[in-house]
Amino acid sequence: EVDLEERLRELDLRCDSDIPDVPPPTDSTPEILKRALSGLSARWKNWWIRGILSLAMISGFFLIIYLGSFMLMLLVLSIQVKCYHEIITIGYRVYHSYDLPWFRSLSWYFLLCVNYFFYGETVADYFATFVQRREQLQFLIRYHRFISFALYLTGFCMFVLSLVKKHYRLQFYMFAWTHVTLLITVTQSHLVIQNLFEGMIWFLVPISSVICNDITAYIFGFFFGRTPLIKLSPKKTWEGFIGGFFSTVVFGFIFSYFLAQHQYFVCPVEYNSETNRFVTECEPSELFQMKKYSVPPLLQAVLGWETVNMYPFQMHSFALSTFASLIGPFGGFFASGFKRAFKIKDFADTIPGHGGIMDRFDCQYLMATFVHVYITSFIRGPNPSKLLKQLLILQPEQQLSVYKTLKSHLVEKGILQPSLRG
Amino acid sequence: HLQESESENKLDGETASDSESKSDFGGSSPVATSDDTPEVLNRALSNLSSRWKNWWVRGILTLAMITFFFIIIYLGPMVLMTIVMCVQIKCFHEIITIGYNVYHSYDLPWFRTLSWYFLLCVNYFFYGETVTDYFFTLVQREEPLRILSKYHRFISFALYLTGFCMFVLSLVKKHYRLQFYMFGWTHVTLLIVVTQSHLIIHNLFEGMIWFIVPISCVICNDIMAYMFGFFFGRTPLIKLSPKKTWEGFIGGFFSTVLFGLLLSYVMSGYRCFTCPVEFNNDTNSFTVDCEPSELFQLQEYNIPVVLQSVVGWKTVRMYPFQIHSIALSTFASLIGPFGGFFASGFKRAFKIKDFANTIPGHGGIMDRFDCQYLMATFVNVYIASFIRGPNPSKLIQQFLTLRPDQQLHIFNTLKAHLVDRGILGSLEDA
Repeated sequence: EVDLEERLRELDLRCDSDIPDVPPPTDSTPEILKRALSGLSARWKNWWIRGILSLAMISGFFLIIYLGSFMLMLLVLSIQVKCYHEIITIGYRVYHSYDLPWFRSLSWYFLLCVNYFFYGETVADYFATFVQRREQLQFLIRYHRFISFALYLTGFCMFVLSLVKKHYRLQFYMFAWTHVTLLITVTQSHLVIQNLFEGMIWFLVPISSVICNDITAYIFGFFFGRTPLIKLSPKKTWEGFIGGFFSTVVFGFIFSYFLAQHQYFVCPVEYNSETNRFVTECEPSELFQMKKYSVPPLLQAVLGWETVNMYPFQMHSFALSTFASLIGPFGGFFASGFKRAFKIKDFADTIPGHGGIMDRFDCQYLMATFVHVYITSFIRGPNPSKLLKQLLILQPEQQLSVYKTLKSHLVEKGILQPSLRG
Repeated sequence: HLQESESENKLDGETASDSESKSDFGGSSPVATSDDTPEVLNRALSNLSSRWKNWWVRGILTLAMITFFFIIIYLGPMVLMTIVMCVQIKCFHEIITIGYNVYHSYDLPWFRTLSWYFLLCVNYFFYGETVTDYFFTLVQREEPLRILSKYHRFISFALYLTGFCMFVLSLVKKHYRLQFYMFGWTHVTLLIVVTQSHLIIHNLFEGMIWFIVPISCVICNDIMAYMFGFFFGRTPLIKLSPKKTWEGFIGGFFSTVLFGLLLSYVMSGYRCFTCPVEFNNDTNSFTVDCEPSELFQLQEYNIPVVLQSVVGWKTVRMYPFQIHSIALSTFASLIGPFGGFFASGFKRAFKIKDFANTIPGHGGIMDRFDCQYLMATFVNVYIASFIRGPNPSKLIQQFLTLRPDQQLHIFNTLKAHLVDRGILGSLEDA
């Protein structure tokens, strides 16, 4: 039995009851709200706080959309940094590692490295003309991968040199925790930005679908909820799940219909080097031009129409909303399991009534990756300017052979007239 | 339940420090390396003392591994790819087994299956990307392969998501934290092991020399540092690995650079090592045949005045690749050991002597490959940054998926560029 005791004492966590409970979150509701709601009972007060904050967040969202792509990028970056901070703080608390030397600096350093790598790649692609003009940027872009790798290696070597005798395991845990967090938060935010550059609609519709699913599933569950969905989140019900699914699909359809009409949302974001601003102006692609669709006979009886005018994008929005309602919640369950595992109620106290930023974004977690994979698989081909840039780097003989191959292909397809000088 | 009542108050500060009372954590993990040296060796060396016996066992196994390495190089790229894949799977298995031992998670439902499932998914993703790049024509011909490659990312993501959802559904009330730890452990292991092996295959396709020289430099540094340390070692290098010394480190550095120069010189003369590996559609096999690039053509270099007196020559004929080999050997000797220190720290943290017992006298596969860890990434980044540009056939492939107006625009820009540079006469046709 001594053996068993020693074994359990050494290795953390045969089961979950050994993590100290976190002290209850401090109430960070602003004074003004508290006074306004002082009359109500605790339950309704909570409901009102959540409601007001939801409206505040949604308004904030609309404001940023109005301000444009650049502000959206900054917003995404700030959210990413905050999420990272929240998860790392949880790790510190779990492992009592505030007193470990270097670890805070190293975690932030790794965040900086990975961001530098990802944003460097984005900048090179989208700001090609801007970059071409400046010498120093040219150098940074050409050797970008090497520089990023060298930066990362420095961090890695610093980590190895910082290993302290009694704390090896702790340090390795924090190292792994940092890397998994980076994998989750930074890659997602990077994919969100890429979706944004494809067209604001690819940013707005997925995020709104997830938010809508959250809200409508809650409402349906509140009024009709009876059968529990999953043990992890006892408040979720099947009625909420299914009701949320149908409402989100309908919402997605309608929302896409409105957004698809404006060039501001539909066009890829481009950087205009003359005016030094982002512009969203283009000839809308086929996806955003009205088409006639025949309604399947089944639905004809229900709807009473034979054909309907829709944007092709609305079909895609159907896929996006379905994912948001069916798979998105798994991100939420994952976060719930995580919070139970580490005995925390919320990730942090940033938003009164809602918890931390991460609490709001847990369902978005998988959505960004899905949208990105969806776009690259079904919507767009490779980026032409990136392709051109790579062609121009090739060796002259390679360029010549590529030129000949392309020419013969274009002639074959009739895109190019063979006998003219073209 | 015994565990619950015990661990209730105990582990508040305990998780923070490695308690050092016991050196192993239970009978299930093999801490003391059981002797699985083959009988034959045991008998042959039965007379010698234990220290020399260990030395001989290590020596013989080292020679066996090096011979094996030469054999598979001889057998060609396909066999090499298969070996890299097997090594990857074995490393993954070793690290996951350590995780199981640390967390006693053999009885967790689904977990073994899920770990192997994730390994399969990530491998499918990476190898699918590689196959699409290098076997482009083969893929276009076969209908099912074409569809698989067109929607490759989507399929891989769907497979991964299935695993993710299975994980969420498998969470069991009392074991949440354990399951999350194993999830994290699996993903970090995948990140380390699978990406490295994938980059090694990329390096291999660039030319076998880019695979052989880095790996040999790391091995050479290992052996040389050990020898220099054995004979001249006095000043300890780092607390993590008490056996390493500065003399070994520096001696290993110089010998590895020299070794790299010599090995590159010998290998650059042969096409089978310097040419990119290509898949020949007609013969359905790999070929390594090409016009050697500039890197592998002898050039005259002026020796800096400083060295002229030492070496006695004014100019020397070298392959440009040998200059690159200096960079590779330097990395192998100076930064490669950090991978070894990382693994040493890891072993100390989890109180294990070796990763496994696969190789007698040496430990597990991971023990041999810990220094290689960073080398593959470095070589890949080095090649991408300083050696080759983008892959022309890949570019053509991407071009063919564009819209006609985009294709025309790119074609005209390229043409203007070529005319500008005088590569294409303005009236020249096809």
